[in-house]
Amino acid sequence: MRILKWTLLLTAAVLLWGLIYFNLAAFGGWFTYSLLKMQQGGHLSSAVEFFVFETPKVLMLLVLVVFGIGIIRSFFTPERTRKILSGKSETVGNILAALLGVVTPFCSCSAVPLFVGFVTAGVPLGVTFSFLISAPMINEIALVMLFGMFGWKVAGLYMGVGLLIAIVAGWILGRLHMEKHIEPWVFEAKMGEAVKEDAINWEGRIRYGLIAVRDIVSKVWIYVILGIAVGAGIHGYVPQDFLASFMGKDAWWSVPAAVLLGVPMYSNAAGIIPIVKALLEKGAALGTVLAFMMAVIGLSLPEAIILRNILKPKLVFTFFGIVAAGIIIIGYLFNILL
Amino acid sequence: MKKIQILGSGCSKCKALALSAETAAKEMGIEYQIEKVTDIKEIMKFGVMMTPALVVDGQVKVVGKILSPEQIKAMLS
Repeated sequence: MRILKWTLLLTAAVLLWGLIYFNLAAFGGWFTYSLLKMQQGGHLSSAVEFFVFETPKVLMLLVLVVFGIGIIRSFFTPERTRKILSGKSETVGNILAALLGVVTPFCSCSAVPLFVGFVTAGVPLGVTFSFLISAPMINEIALVMLFGMFGWKVAGLYMGVGLLIAIVAGWILGRLHMEKHIEPWVFEAKMGEAVKEDAINWEGRIRYGLIAVRDIVSKVWIYVILGIAVGAGIHGYVPQDFLASFMGKDAWWSVPAAVLLGVPMYSNAAGIIPIVKALLEKGAALGTVLAFMMAVIGLSLPEAIILRNILKPKLVFTFFGIVAAGIIIIGYLFNILL
Repeated sequence: MKKIQILGSGCSKCKALALSAETAAKEMGIEYQIEKVTDIKEIMKFGVMMTPALVVDGQVKVVGKILSPEQIKAMLS
């Protein structure tokens, strides 16, 4: 009976979600031009329309995605991932680690215990890095929002490219044999007995998904709204093709500049996508914009400070350098190929 | 006497969990002692890979989640 109740509730919720979601564009137009009686084609009115349409759209996508990912994540725990990775050879390990990085629950505040947990369990250093690169960079929220806004090609490119960077950069870091640049206490750390896992049933998984929605949406909604506000400003006020001259394909320096600009910035993935959308609209090249986005969400100063606890400065720089170089190469590749 | 430990390097989630635990213990009226473990080396000794974590009398009860005081009460009794 409980299963039936949950199924009915979920179905009703999804139907209602779809009904609202697919009428948002009409609502945005009605709100801007009928209710506020703004002129079609003005700067302010197109900014307002963008904001009124995108805000509920992105927030609704976010709720759906976080719930779905929450369910998937209830199948994966760091303990299980570690078990899979320990004792794997390097190349296979790098690939597996990058893939598991996408689905294992991860928060940058847990990067240190995770790193130590992996290394002390015998996961090779390069494999651990593949995981540490892929986990924040291939953000499931970004992935599904890209899919919702630009379709499967851009989403697929983002994921493929993220995996490639994580696999290759991790592999290179492994080859460099940087073990001596890890703070010595990491190897002396005595890991306690692993926490035993509770059995979880379907109801538990659904609850896990709902808790994820509450935790994540309450944390990121402000980034989303700020991101959309910036996006709306660009959408309404920046002239068409204005960005093409310095963020377009022909500006060779735009990719490294986008990465340099993106590293110190930190924003939630959900907040950066509306900006990405507005930049693309105004003539920025896809490779440049993707490079910017990956630098913002994949590399950040707070992360560097956290990693400094376990890595000596040289390894922190090497890590950031290799990942940044990977992002730049990918950015160029996209601009040349597409 | 319950010994409650909150593992975490001081992120906002850790503070939320500590607050929940404190509220739970107070409402139950039990004797307790609460300690925040912020040193990463100490945290690793408990075998957790996600923070924050809640430890009661040396036993890890929860990792990587914030719980409500109600949920924590069950772990304290």
